[in-house]
This record gives sequence, structure tokens and C-alpha cells, in this order.
Amino acid sequence: MNNTTNILTKDNDGTSVVKFLISELKPKGKWLTPFNIISIPIMLLGFLLIVIRFWKGIGSITNLTQEVPWGLWIGFDVVTGVAFAGGAYVLTFMVYILNMKSYHSIIRVTVLNGFLAYLFYAGALLLDLGRPWNVINPIIGNNFGTSSVLFLVAWHFLLYMIAELIEFSPAIAEWLGTKRAHKILTGMTAGAVIFGITLSTLHQSGLGALYLMAKEKIHPLWYNEFIPIMFFVSSIFAGLSMVIFEGTISHKVFSNQISEKSHRADNKILHGLSKICAGAMFAYFFLQLLVFIHGKHWDLLNTGMGYWFLLEMLGFVLLPMLLYFYSYRKNNILLIRVAAVLTMVGIILNRLNVTVIGFRWDAAVRYVPSWMEIVVTLAVISAEIWVFRWIVNRMPVFRESPEWAKI
Amino acid sequence: MELNRRNFFKVLGVTGVALATGSQLSAAPKKISDKEFSAILYDSTRCVGCQTCEGVCAEAHGLPKSTDNLTTGVLRKTDETRRTVINSYKTSKGEIFCKTQCMNCTQPACVAACLTQAMYKTKEGPVIWRGNKCMGCRYCMVSCPFDAPKFQFHSPNPKIEKCNQCYEKLQVGELPACVQNCPNEALMFGTRRDLIKEARKRIHDKPNDYYDEIYGETVAGGTDWLYISPVPFNEIGLKTNLQNKSYPELTKGFLYSVPTIFILWPTLLLGMREATKDNNSNTDNHE
Repeated sequence: MNNTTNILTKDNDGTSVVKFLISELKPKGKWLTPFNIISIPIMLLGFLLIVIRFWKGIGSITNLTQEVPWGLWIGFDVVTGVAFAGGAYVLTFMVYILNMKSYHSIIRVTVLNGFLAYLFYAGALLLDLGRPWNVINPIIGNNFGTSSVLFLVAWHFLLYMIAELIEFSPAIAEWLGTKRAHKILTGMTAGAVIFGITLSTLHQSGLGALYLMAKEKIHPLWYNEFIPIMFFVSSIFAGLSMVIFEGTISHKVFSNQISEKSHRADNKILHGLSKICAGAMFAYFFLQLLVFIHGKHWDLLNTGMGYWFLLEMLGFVLLPMLLYFYSYRKNNILLIRVAAVLTMVGIILNRLNVTVIGFRWDAAVRYVPSWMEIVVTLAVISAEIWVFRWIVNRMPVFRESPEWAKI
Repeated sequence: MELNRRNFFKVLGVTGVALATGSQLSAAPKKISDKEFSAILYDSTRCVGCQTCEGVCAEAHGLPKSTDNLTTGVLRKTDETRRTVINSYKTSKGEIFCKTQCMNCTQPACVAACLTQAMYKTKEGPVIWRGNKCMGCRYCMVSCPFDAPKFQFHSPNPKIEKCNQCYEKLQVGELPACVQNCPNEALMFGTRRDLIKEARKRIHDKPNDYYDEIYGETVAGGTDWLYISPVPFNEIGLKTNLQNKSYPELTKGFLYSVPTIFILWPTLLLGMREATKDNNSNTDNHE
């Protein structure tokens, strides 16, 4: 056992498990890090705002209107957040279906990120529900609104979270030192992966399909019947760009946990991912071009929204795509990271353009999120990072698995 | 080999679950019964803008009495405190009034959107909202082409307010409050088919008084509120940029693709996984 952190003693009686969990709950390392100093006040304020929201209604802290009933919490937290969590299904496809072993070292962190993204952003969805106590209705089956795209998306969120939890669960078993459970859970991975990829295909596109009925409400440059396909294709490179971005940060913050070997392998991984991003973005850009030409909206280009559309398509799709192509040919890691950040900005723009900025673009009173909506969003993101850090510091995510867990 | 087979069946089992769920999740927009829907015809040539309907509507549904009076050219909107409003428009044929409320579509977008069946198209016609089922997600509002459902943003126990054609009154054989109390017979209640006939008759009898179209006959797949007016409908604030197909049609293609994906993906993925498996790791598993 080369794992230096606490390991359960062999006689797994109840008290030792409790003691172990209590000791693991305590913080590790320094308290007053810059991230903590910023995030703790945000989370406290966010919590206060959530209390006000449940006490006085959604309108007390949001700027939502009768014409724009879904704002930042849906458009950014849920729709954009889930797109960024797409890396998990793409990587599990590569590793467990296509057997691309060299990407195995980043699979756990990606799945963990995906799982937490769903947990927190679907959790944020509960804040946006006016009558959240009825959320069990579509689940327990007394009222299945099966003709609803949202019904499909809600069920898929739930099932996909379970699938991702199963995919990640061997790491939990290694942390707890439960060998039997580890064996069983590892055996379930392939099934969870296949199920998870199928679910992801449908709910990534389903998030776009949610907006299909809002035909006249979304600006014609962004509304088309292919929104579901666009959302699916863009989730591939959105997720992978997030993996590149997150990897860059994690490698700095958690560098003590990452072996020299995987540090070196990482550059190779980044190159591989940038190739996939370039390819997927080319397909996406081409699809957007086809839809645009087919939609015959040339006249709309010379308007304010038209320039905004061009900025998104040229500045944050075409440009990062070219950077990805260029960087892997030139072997330039820095350019890959720049491309990843630009791509992520482009995804945020695209999702917000469909859901918030282009939604009721013609309304007399435009919806602009209140500062309180933004604080709650930041609080949710902060809380997610806290949980992520807690897990990474305890379970073998970046760290090597204990010897017994390797076959 | 044996272990391999077991693995194979395990994955197959998961696929089976996926298939079962798949068929449950997917569904086309609900088929609507052949029974006649009830409807209300609003004739704006007869409306004098007295706002009686606003008052009796508020009373019938326990809402506060609205205090602002209508002024020509000022657009008043329905909201969480009033289910209907009358507006006055300056048109090519002088001042004309128009009533606004939920259109009670024959194939409503809100009902297709609702994941808990809280929004419900009754077999009699009215689209009703059922609070014990609603989770307040507001997807009905996003989907409604008329922006009809209104949400109480400032309540910890928010409700959706919209016209339900006084479904509770219809149940006991009474007329909707607005129809019952309209002093000038601008509103008429009946089956949708009869009202379309009646509207056609009025247009036919006085062709100079009416614009030759019934709003609600085809818009958004047809609605259970019908309008006739002396001027084109865009002059009296009705939405004329909407499609004539029903709105649930727009998500049909996506929903139909769900079972296809649920059958294709798992089988393809399983095949790919088996095809790329290398033999070395298999022997490892045996040991």
C-alpha cells in the first residue's frame, strides 16, 4: 500500500468507520488560501439570498419577468453547465468503448467533474422551481408528462447522475478500503458507461430541444429546428475544452498528487484532445454555416444582433478551431490552452444567446440578471469547487490507486 | 470465456433497462379526443370596452379588482393578478377594443411542455392548471406562443394564473363569468364548430363590418377562443406572426428520435467495445 493517507484498519467494525469518516471530514492543509477568502463570503451571501428566495418568492431576488420566465439560473447554471460537463461522456467513450488507454489517467477527474456539475447545477434547478416540493411528481410516476422534453431531460439528469456515480465509485471504494465493493463496482463500469453515453446524447440535445416550442421568441439567427443537433455537437468540444482548462488549473493546484509520469503524459493527452476539438468544431461550424445559408437571414447580419452573431461564430468558434488545428501541428501547449478558453467563452455566448440574450430580444423590457442571481450562481460554483477539492484531497483521483486495486 | 459471457449478459441487461425506459420516455403529443370542444367567440365590433368582464373574472377567481382604466394606445397586459384585460386600439377604422386572455389552444404548447400534467387539456375544451401537480418550472410560459400563463414571482407558494374558461362553472352547468355578464353580447359560448359557423355567418351577412378571417380558427393549430374584428388582427394587438401548425409538432421529431437512439446507441457501443477489446487484458481478468 503506497497510499500515505488514512486507510481503514482491517477489522471493519462500525466505530472505526465512523472515526475514519469524522477524521476525513476535517480540513486538510491551510485555511486562509486566496480561494477560500473569496469563496466563503460569496457562499454565505448566496445562502442568505437563497433563504430570502424561499421566504419571499423567486421574484424577490431575480429580475425574471412574465415574458422571460427562465433567466441566468437556467441559461447559465443548467444549460451552459451541462454542456461543460460533456467531457465525461466523450472521454468514457474513448477509454471504455474505443479502448484508448493513454487517456485513462484523466478519466476519474473528468467523471468526478461531470458528476459534480450535474449534482450542483441540477441542484440549482431546484432553486428555480416555484413549487419544488412537487418535484417528486414526475419521478414517482403519479403524473408522467411524457410528451414533455423537460420530462425527458429531468429523468436523464437523474439517471445520468447515477451512471456517473457508478463510474466514479471505484475511487470511493479505494478510499474506504472496501475490496469486495470495489470489485463489484468496477464490474459495473462498462454498463454505466454505455448507458451514460446514450443518456448524454439525448439530454445534451434535449436541452436544446427544450427551446423548440419558443419559435417566435428566440432571435431567428439562433432559432432553428436543428438546435438539438447543434447543442449535442457543441457539447463534445465544450466538454473537452473544459477538461483542458480544468486540467491546467488542477495540475498547478494539486501538483503534489500527480506523479512525474502522468505529468509528462499530460502533454500528449492535451494534443490528442485538441485534435478532437478541432474536428468537432469544424463539423459544428460547417453545420452552423449550412443552417445559416438555408435560413436566408443575410439581411439580419447587418444589425446589432447580426454583429453579435458574427462575433460568436467567427471570434469564438472559427478562431479557436483554427488555433486548435494550428497548435497541434506546431506542438504548442500554450496555444491549446488559449483555444480552450476561447472555445469556452464561445459556448457561454452561444448558450446564453439562445436562452437569455436572444430570448425575447424584441421585448420592451429586456431581462438583465440581478446581482443577486449572479451571486447565487457564483455561490453554487464555489460550493462545487469546495466539494471537488475535498474529494480530490482524499480519494485517488489524480493520485495513483492503491496497489490492491490494480489488477 | 465464461466470465466474458457473464459480462456480456450484464451489459445486455443494462441495455434492456435502457430500452424499457426509452419507450416510456418517448411519446408523441397526446391525441385529442373526437368530442367537440367548447369555445368562446369574441366579436370586437360589439365590444364597448366597459371592462365588466375584467371585474367579474377577478371576482370569479378570487383575484383583486383591477384599478386602472383603459386608455387608447396604452397597452395593458394580463398578469398574475388579472386573467383578462380589455385594450383600446387606434386602427384604420377608428377606436376598436380587444380582449386578451389565454387562448385555450386545441393542441396547447403548455400541456405538451408540462412534465407533471399540471397543465391539462380537459376533454370539454378548457386548458386548466392543477396546483397539486405543478412544480413551478415555468416551462409552460417558455413554450406558450401567446405568453398566456402568468406566474406569481413574489409568492413563496406561487400559482400560475390564466383563463380556464371558468371550467369550475362549466362543470355545474353555468356559463363562464365574462360570457354571462357581457352587457352587449360581445361574447358567445358554444361548441367550437358552432361558433366558427356563427362567426362565418356574421362575416357573410355584414361583409363591410368585418375583416374576412376568424382569428383562432387556424393559428397555433386552432384555439378555443375565437375572434372576429373589423380590422386585420395585428391592428388590435393579436399575434399574427405565429405558425398555423400546432406548437407541440415542433418537438415531435426530437421525441420520436429518442427510442431510436435508445436502441441504436447501446447496441452499437457494446459492439464497438467488444471489437476494440484487446486479448491481453482479457487474460489478465482470468488470473
